[in-house]
Amino acid sequence: MKVTDYLKDHTLYLDGGTGTLLQAAGLAPGELPERWNLTHPEVVTKIHRDYFDAGSNVVSANTFGANLLKYDREELEQIIQAAMENVKLARSQSSAPQEKWVALDIGPTGRMLAPYGDFDFEDAVKVFAETVRLAVKYGAEILFIQTMNDSYETKAALLAAKENSNLPVFVGNAYGEDGKLMTGASPAAMVAMLEGMGADAIGINCSLGPKALSKVTEEYLAYASVPVLLKPNAGLPKVVDGKTVYDVLPEEFAEDVATLIQKGVRIAGGCCGTTPDYIKALTARSKNIPPLPVTKKEITCVSSYTHAVVFGEKPILIGERINPTGKKRFKEALREKDMDYLLKEGIAQQEKGVHILDVNVGLPEIDEVAMLTDAVCGLQAIIDLPLQIDTSDPVAMEAALRRCNGKPMINSVSGKRESMDAIFPLAKKYGGLVVALTLDENGIPATAEGRLTIAKKILTVAESYGIEKKNLIFDPLALTISADKTAGKETLAAVRLIREELGCHTSLGVSNVSFGLPQREIVNSTFFALAMEQGLSAAIMNPYSLEMQKAYAAFCAISGLDENCTDYIEFVQTLPQPVAVTPVAAETTNQSENGSSLNQAIVKGLKEQAAQHTKELLKTVPPLEIIQKEIIPALDVVGMGFEKKTVYLPQLLMSAEAAKSAFEQIKGAMTGETSATKCAFVLATVKGDIHDIGKNIVKLLLENYGFMVYDLGKDVEPAAIVEKTKELHAPLVGLSALMTTTVPAMEETIRLLRKEAPWCKVVVGGAVLTQEYADAIGADKYAKDAMEAVRFAEKIQCDFMKM
Amino acid sequence: MEPLLVTKTYALPPVNLSEVWRYAGVTTPDDALSALLEECLLEAEPQLAPKVCYGEFPFSCEGDNLCFGFATVASADLKQALQGCQKVILFGATIGIGMDRLIAKYGSLSPTKALLFQALGAERIEALCDCFCKEFALSRRFSPGYGDLPLSFQKDLFRVLDCSRKIGLTLNDSLLMSPSKSVTAIAGTTDEGCVTSPCDRCNKKDCSFRRNL
Repeated sequence: MKVTDYLKDHTLYLDGGTGTLLQAAGLAPGELPERWNLTHPEVVTKIHRDYFDAGSNVVSANTFGANLLKYDREELEQIIQAAMENVKLARSQSSAPQEKWVALDIGPTGRMLAPYGDFDFEDAVKVFAETVRLAVKYGAEILFIQTMNDSYETKAALLAAKENSNLPVFVGNAYGEDGKLMTGASPAAMVAMLEGMGADAIGINCSLGPKALSKVTEEYLAYASVPVLLKPNAGLPKVVDGKTVYDVLPEEFAEDVATLIQKGVRIAGGCCGTTPDYIKALTARSKNIPPLPVTKKEITCVSSYTHAVVFGEKPILIGERINPTGKKRFKEALREKDMDYLLKEGIAQQEKGVHILDVNVGLPEIDEVAMLTDAVCGLQAIIDLPLQIDTSDPVAMEAALRRCNGKPMINSVSGKRESMDAIFPLAKKYGGLVVALTLDENGIPATAEGRLTIAKKILTVAESYGIEKKNLIFDPLALTISADKTAGKETLAAVRLIREELGCHTSLGVSNVSFGLPQREIVNSTFFALAMEQGLSAAIMNPYSLEMQKAYAAFCAISGLDENCTDYIEFVQTLPQPVAVTPVAAETTNQSENGSSLNQAIVKGLKEQAAQHTKELLKTVPPLEIIQKEIIPALDVVGMGFEKKTVYLPQLLMSAEAAKSAFEQIKGAMTGETSATKCAFVLATVKGDIHDIGKNIVKLLLENYGFMVYDLGKDVEPAAIVEKTKELHAPLVGLSALMTTTVPAMEETIRLLRKEAPWCKVVVGGAVLTQEYADAIGADKYAKDAMEAVRFAEKIQCDFMKM
Repeated sequence: MEPLLVTKTYALPPVNLSEVWRYAGVTTPDDALSALLEECLLEAEPQLAPKVCYGEFPFSCEGDNLCFGFATVASADLKQALQGCQKVILFGATIGIGMDRLIAKYGSLSPTKALLFQALGAERIEALCDCFCKEFALSRRFSPGYGDLPLSFQKDLFRVLDCSRKIGLTLNDSLLMSPSKSVTAIAGTTDEGCVTSPCDRCNKKDCSFRRNL
């Protein structure tokens, strides 16, 4: 019988801890337990058999750490083969009457995935894939991914399992006392992602005892539509008479887990500290509890690596600003691969209260696959909002979906057959909430009913791909009222029809409605309010639009979605107070006074004021003059102060940031031309090193001084640095390293540069570097701080100009 | 006996601002800097997830070789630090990935803030270690890379403490830890507790963080 069939009418019992029992049998601290499959097969087999005898339906092989990071390929195969033989032998030896399956246990790699570690996501997938292929080869019947405490690594393991086997996959995550994974994910977020990717059972294992895990378990039960598993520890360990014991004993453990079985847990076992006695007590205590049916939860949601966003309560705001359409500066940023610009747009929208970020980086002349992937990775490194991946290129869509750390929105599919055939398989494989546009080969129907018909068709096709209704959200398309006076009405009617007739959620890009009209915000915000009243679940909108924000705050308060109008009152307090235009601002156009104001703003490190003064100056003064006469002198004052130790590093940085905000204004004013005036400078933190704060400081200062900085990031291969240097024929390369262990990578990079790009000068810096070190590895310059790097670069620039 | 590995969390004491400024390289902060740090404190507070995992191990000396059961390491400095101690406690401590996320977020947005988060993170992880060492009345803590204790001893510590599983602390091939605001260390249990300064045995005489002795 298949385990998934058995689960329909039964509670499935797992095994308990293995590590504790192996240690009791003599496994030394720090010794790799998987080797015992080969060296002590009889011990391992006995532990497995005892679990079967105690009533476990599923026993996992002793393969928790069996992966390519810990063993070479040959030994890994031997271990997995022996481990599967051991567990199968145990099954054949056990005369216990219950149905029995053998699982392969897949634990975490112990490595942190990039960007917070240096382990690439695809490399993690490859490591897990090898274990999975061997599991299939040696007859595993279930893949049990366990004790994962990071959502991204969990995704890598599940993806590897799905891509390399057809076996049922169970996924257990380890939650802390705060009810979250170590890297921050809530149970709802994990349910959204794992279910979306097709895990057969999901739940909780390790870290705490059953009582401490009951809240997390109940959250799983509330969200999950697949069976929920629970494998707690025997409480917490303590030492009694020189022996490690756990503070929850078998009877209490069985009682606590039984309580959660009564609430709906369908797969139960134990983790650290539990023994066959615990499983025996558990099966005895709970065998007569009728298993609760696993119910489909009609919850439409998306998730990030921290939390889930649920549709259907308050309307959801989706920030539309990461999109080059109609934005010169954004296009320029994309062409220059200026990821910082894009990230700032993300952060600014988050600060304006959006719940989800739309990510669109489509531009004909760029590599959208690479750019979209970088954008998704960059955004999810620093922003905890779910993403809406917005592209018409299915290849780019797939690349981004793979890397997305959560369950994203997929924007979009339409009623065209070709579109559905391209997008639905991706949604099925990676999970996601699909935005479905109500148009097809014949275009957009004029009437609400016409759009409803297309929505029905899309639902049917989606179902044939195994995509449930709750994972579709319809966009009935806002058309321009200036072209067709009924356009607004029909779209609003379609929102209601789809909600009422199909019970589906809707999303609208509202701003189209006002195309061609003056003062568009007035129309947009009113249309937005009317659509929400029709039941709109989400809007793709401009969060910087005050009118839209006003409509949203007021609507939520009026519709009873804002308890005590708290959010509304809070919102109103953020509104700009009406003040008369200050004559002071007008007077500052006086040139000399204005000049000194910008200079002063930079010296004092006042970002907003520096930007404001620059804006004013730009009306009358040429950009280059502002740079030469205002910004550079101010930077010099601060730079010299820093060198004389009268200015602290944070103060130098505040001034540099203020100067940068001035440059942003200038850049905005001279789009098309380049504001950098000096030579190219390639900058990187070397291979193996993931700390980049020092490098970022150097970058900021160099940019202020007009260098064209190409920041390759952190953990950069020597070859990549050389390649960029050659491509640009850059005269300057800056390398940063934090630890003695990464200085060899720096040395290797310099060696390669000398060979392939002998013209360039290399400046090095970082916590462990000294002049001696720099000399020993053949650098041209050791810079003890960022200013010294700038001074050196200025000098090389001078020589460069003379050439 | 198998080692008992325990995981703990602590409520950290209030931030010691002068320590934060010391890490940021500032002696007398002006109002603007103080205001900026205040913002950082508010933003960082909910992101902190301090955790410690530790185990007690027997140890013995053979010359300069120290044997901990699970590994042997040569270090005269560590031997000196553990003088008079009967047992050692090995621990891993982290304030979690949240601070790394903040540092990354502000890396390009505001390097000034990134620098302050960096300094704050350093202060917080030291505060966490202090809480832990105080509770167990430990002698001064000694980490891989201190004195002549090789950094590669990290690998042994991570293996025996199961840091990634217990507290989400990982080690890469370059022996860098993630989350970055983390400490692993060895400390002895003594009857007297900690007395010596951490700087007296260190050979890096030009260190700007060196405490005046």
